[in-house]
Amino acid sequence: MRELYTGDEAVARGAYEAGVSFASAYPGTPSTEILENIGQYHEITSEWAPNEKVALEAVIGAGISGVRSLAAMKHVGVNVASDPLMSYAYMGVNGGVVLVSADDPSMYSSQNEQDNRNYAKFAKIAMFEPSSSQECLDMVKEAYRVSETYGTIVLLRMTTRVCHSKSLVTLSDRIVPKPVAYVKDLSRFDDVPAYAKVHRHEMIERSRKLRQYSEATPFNVIEDNGSTTGIVTSGISYMYAKEVFGDSVNYLKLGFTCPLPIDKIRAFRDSVQKLYVIEELDPYLEEQLCAAGIDCIGKAVIPEEGELNPDIIRKAILQEQNETIPFPAEKIVPRPPTLCAGCPHRGFFYVLKQRKDTVMVGDIGCYALGGTEPLNAKDMAICMGSAFSVAHGLKKGFDVAGVRTKVVGIVGDSTFYHTGINGLLEVAYNKSAVICVILDNRITGMTGHQENPGTGYTLSGEPANHLDLEEVVKALGIRQVRAVNPLHLDEMKAALDWAYSFTDEPCVIITKWPCVLKKYSPEDKHDFDLDKTPCVVDTAKCIGCRKCLTTGCPALRFDPEAKKTAISQEDCTGCQVCAQVCPVKAISRKEASK
Amino acid sequence: MSKVQSVLFVGVGGQGTILASKVLTKGLVEKGYDVKMSEIHGMSQRSGSVSTQVRFGDVVWSPIIGEGSADVIVSFEEMEAARYIQFLKPGGKVVINDCRIPSMPILAGKTSYPQGIIDELKQHAQVTAIDATGIAASLGNVKSANIVLFGALVQALGLNDIDWAAIIAGTVKKAFIDVNLKAFEAGKATIA
Repeated sequence: MRELYTGDEAVARGAYEAGVSFASAYPGTPSTEILENIGQYHEITSEWAPNEKVALEAVIGAGISGVRSLAAMKHVGVNVASDPLMSYAYMGVNGGVVLVSADDPSMYSSQNEQDNRNYAKFAKIAMFEPSSSQECLDMVKEAYRVSETYGTIVLLRMTTRVCHSKSLVTLSDRIVPKPVAYVKDLSRFDDVPAYAKVHRHEMIERSRKLRQYSEATPFNVIEDNGSTTGIVTSGISYMYAKEVFGDSVNYLKLGFTCPLPIDKIRAFRDSVQKLYVIEELDPYLEEQLCAAGIDCIGKAVIPEEGELNPDIIRKAILQEQNETIPFPAEKIVPRPPTLCAGCPHRGFFYVLKQRKDTVMVGDIGCYALGGTEPLNAKDMAICMGSAFSVAHGLKKGFDVAGVRTKVVGIVGDSTFYHTGINGLLEVAYNKSAVICVILDNRITGMTGHQENPGTGYTLSGEPANHLDLEEVVKALGIRQVRAVNPLHLDEMKAALDWAYSFTDEPCVIITKWPCVLKKYSPEDKHDFDLDKTPCVVDTAKCIGCRKCLTTGCPALRFDPEAKKTAISQEDCTGCQVCAQVCPVKAISRKEASK
Repeated sequence: MSKVQSVLFVGVGGQGTILASKVLTKGLVEKGYDVKMSEIHGMSQRSGSVSTQVRFGDVVWSPIIGEGSADVIVSFEEMEAARYIQFLKPGGKVVINDCRIPSMPILAGKTSYPQGIIDELKQHAQVTAIDATGIAASLGNVKSANIVLFGALVQALGLNDIDWAAIIAGTVKKAFIDVNLKAFEAGKATIA
């Protein structure tokens, strides 16, 4: 029976069939569903780690213990995990280790579109690039064979379109190899310089052997259709090329792309008159072909930015375009993502945006949407966990420049545990009068609700250590800490007044309210009044001032003719932020249904 | 050899486009087609514009639909049909829920909801506008609007030789089987 699987589901299935025993990840689109699906296979110990570096380190440890292990993360997560990656790349493996990198061309849910194929070349490790769900499954299994045969961590490089597209896969049974015995051997797993120098020599030798594998593996395959035009391609770009050219050209489809099979590519080049390289993002293949003296056409016609698709390739190479239906652009209003109705972050942003002389440093999470209209409360954001450290530097710089602006840094609970905690340590240790805000909604929200060290549960739903955020903050050296309910605007405003009063020491505000979309835990139900009875507008009282609309809640509807606000009863969750904003008290909650 | 057909589902995050496409692909796989489906989620989920693409035939290469090449667009909201219309083949079919969900610039009063979208679409495509939300509400569950639209899609594609009732029954929660089967039939009846 063939099943329709996403690439992420197929990677999970491949890990299951390959006998993987330990898997760890930090959630990040488009990689999140890999571990969520691995977690469905109870034979595999699956864990959400606080961040990607920790995930990969735990996976390396499991590999050294002798079992097969897998780490999954989004492309920018590999940056966080690059320290253990670059070091462990020098060593051999015991049990096989696979690192899945899910890249995001066109930045659908990311701050950059870095091409992580470069990491494989940089770290001198093996790499597979699947183009379909079946290949995701097959390549994971082959990756373990390569990992253990050649003694290398293997990178499985996916892209959003591979992760989130479904195609048919054929399933097999799980086969668990016998764990490799752990034997103490410093020369293998200690990276002191004396051993690292030997490892360095061995990894160069390993690359030579992997090159032979690359020349021979059926994952690097020539499709000869008797044409004088050839296309070298990898990953999803292969599917797009097939869509455009069908059987009218010859293909060299590369599934194993580090190291490249240069001899095979050269022979393919010699078999055609004209060679195109079709690849998304960086000229990763093209540059290596050029270095080997293989004449080809790549980024001269194929864009170096954004996701590819058949239309782009057709236009670039054939100069052809499909006929399309014209439509007046003024009839299409943008529909950007917004904070959900009832989002606990809304109250905080609404109060913060009233402050003058404030620079707000944001971070990565749903609260990135606090920077959009009409809340518009953000000045900048750099990368996961950066808000407090960037705010610290900003404040120190302002102090030198004599700028008296207040600096507010904002991270979510999961982002705080990820790497924000290090930034807060910096603020406390090197002392800056930064206002640090932790938006604790008791879940990892943006990626679709994963447990984290603060939620009280593990990925498998087991109760976990209860972590007291206020105690953690105090233990880091912060003396001024206050917890508030962000949906109570007066309380929120009073907390900001308090925080703005400190001129020579840092303070922390923790906003506490669970994500409105979260499946509430017994503790959530105990700690909060989570009744979701919606609000209604008394149209006799409503003066049509639109003040409520400045909260940016998508449950509000304004009728421009009647000049009245209404509230969508399907969408409203009764958070009452709009009711507190209304100057004539026209909004109230329906009779509670409890 | 049957040629590849492409269906594009569009709407607003939370409207149930994914369930409708799931029912479609299940039926197509059972029928023996090669099927690919693609969706983008992540940030776009939060009340943003969402789309799911389904392609099926003997052999499908690209999981995504090129411009001017969708056979049918199923739009769960009026303006979303316009947003994705460049993907429809000229003269192709549009099944549209005549429901309007204001986006943030409209809510914020920066602009108003555009008028005349369905009339404009009718000049270029075979448009079937359905009050799917109203039909679903009259059947007792407004959330089954997605299956009303799905019924109309099955009719538009002429895919009547698949046992959709069994597939719907095997996909939705038990308590909602009856209402969804009624929604499916009501949707089919909107296209002669």
